[in-house]
Amino acid sequence: MNREIYITDYNCVTPLGFDVEANWKALLEGKSGVTLRKVIENHEAFYVSKIDSEKLDEEFIKHFDNQNFTRLEKMFLLSLKPLVDRHSISDNTAFILSTTKGNISLLKNETTLPEGVYLSKLAQKLADFFRFKTKPIVVSNACVSGVMAISVAKNMIQAGKYEDAFVVAGDEISEFVISGFNSFQAIGSEPCKPYDKNRNGINLGEATASVYITSELNQKEKFKFKILGDSAINDANHISGPSRTGDGLFASVQNAMKEAKVSSDQIDFISAHGTATLYNDEMEAIAFNRMDLQNVPLNSMKGYYGHCLGASGLLESIISMESALKNTLIPSKNFEEMGVSQDLNIITENQSAEIKYILKTASGFGGCNAAIVLEKC
Amino acid sequence: MMKKTDICTIENSKIILNEQIIFESETENFSDFAKEAYKTLELNYPKFHKMDNLSKLAFLASEMILKNDDHSNTALVFANKSSSLDTDFKYQESINSQDNYFPSPAVFVYTLPNICVGEISIKHKIQTENAFFVLDVFNEEFLNSYATQILQSGKAEKVLCGWVELYQESYKAFVYLLTT
Repeated sequence: MNREIYITDYNCVTPLGFDVEANWKALLEGKSGVTLRKVIENHEAFYVSKIDSEKLDEEFIKHFDNQNFTRLEKMFLLSLKPLVDRHSISDNTAFILSTTKGNISLLKNETTLPEGVYLSKLAQKLADFFRFKTKPIVVSNACVSGVMAISVAKNMIQAGKYEDAFVVAGDEISEFVISGFNSFQAIGSEPCKPYDKNRNGINLGEATASVYITSELNQKEKFKFKILGDSAINDANHISGPSRTGDGLFASVQNAMKEAKVSSDQIDFISAHGTATLYNDEMEAIAFNRMDLQNVPLNSMKGYYGHCLGASGLLESIISMESALKNTLIPSKNFEEMGVSQDLNIITENQSAEIKYILKTASGFGGCNAAIVLEKC
Repeated sequence: MMKKTDICTIENSKIILNEQIIFESETENFSDFAKEAYKTLELNYPKFHKMDNLSKLAFLASEMILKNDDHSNTALVFANKSSSLDTDFKYQESINSQDNYFPSPAVFVYTLPNICVGEISIKHKIQTENAFFVLDVFNEEFLNSYATQILQSGKAEKVLCGWVELYQESYKAFVYLLTT
């Protein structure tokens, strides 16, 4: 019998606020972090969800003495600190970091690699700051990293390697990433519209998010969500485009639900990936229909936060759990008219609902997909 | 109990499968070495030439083990130290210049380390569990624990594990197949 694994605490740092409470309030009011910003010199502005750097510094200086950190590191530290304050770190505590590009901004105009661009160095710097005793684990699986980081914590605790884990996920807006998605013509020319008929691409975003995951409950938890099942299956189809048949996502959802022993009609809410590219959203609609999940209330958070890459899956999982605790479903922002070929039950306004079982999914470059099933306990 | 059934190592311009040298070259340059290996071993997969060096390294090592056997239920768990920094560096060079600013999507997609796992999945049409980790040193115990959990939960029958490290001309692959 596998050990039961729970998420019992979380925090996030986003353009909508520096804790979950502020974020939740902004979401209820329908606010979005997405604005038109100049990111690359001599280049047109893009719609992005970016944290105000001055506000970030102000917040950071309130909580930390040492200011010798990159912008992204400050975001990570701010996100993790409340969790480290509330839960102790033992010899058997894992530290798991999810990111795609880490401190990639340090590479600009360099002729050799600065140490800080190594993801393991970034992870070790954060781990040392909070005095983690185990070696950090970095999950770098493109845009599914944030969801997978939860799976990795669950699996490594079940393997008996750790008792608990601090999981942190983050990526920042960088010229590197913006130029790349732009070269793919994947960036939308307006605030993104997941699943909408007029969607034309993603908005990039930035955030950090943290969760505390444990197998040992102490009855002091304010809430708990059991991680019932997980899976991350590759499409084996194309490295830069999703499968037309949704194979990998379908199989990931199927596996995760099988492990969770939860059927399609038990799922109360789907927090989907919904990037607002033509192919991704269509692929998701096909995969969810293959799983008979088309009637389950579903949203994409990309209209509020943009696509935060390695942070998105963890951030969206946190918002899903907050949704379940508050018994409130949040609309899929900017969705107006159905733009995928198959039915989906897309949430269009704040509505109250009893949410017990959550399905969270993500898909990304390299043909990767991930799904987890969470239960509010 | 876990069994390690096949092991492939690539380093110092040599490909070693289960302790036998199956290809070696005088060439120290990785790209040329990979091209020679591809020809000599008759891999016959033109997509290989479009891959970045990290994917070529992971692909070559995996190919030696997976061959043409049925791997429809083999998961892939890979790790390295330098992530995709080899390609990241080249991509950044292309955008450093404001006057000569032509980012290439064909290069950009390889600025993620898990792409090499996608390449292996595509070649063998294996729709299975995938994971890519970045660690500061090779930790076989960690990869094996993660693989064991995949096997024990019934999500795969075998797991191809690998350490695939590459930055410029420094490279090493150590790839092995685990079964119960």
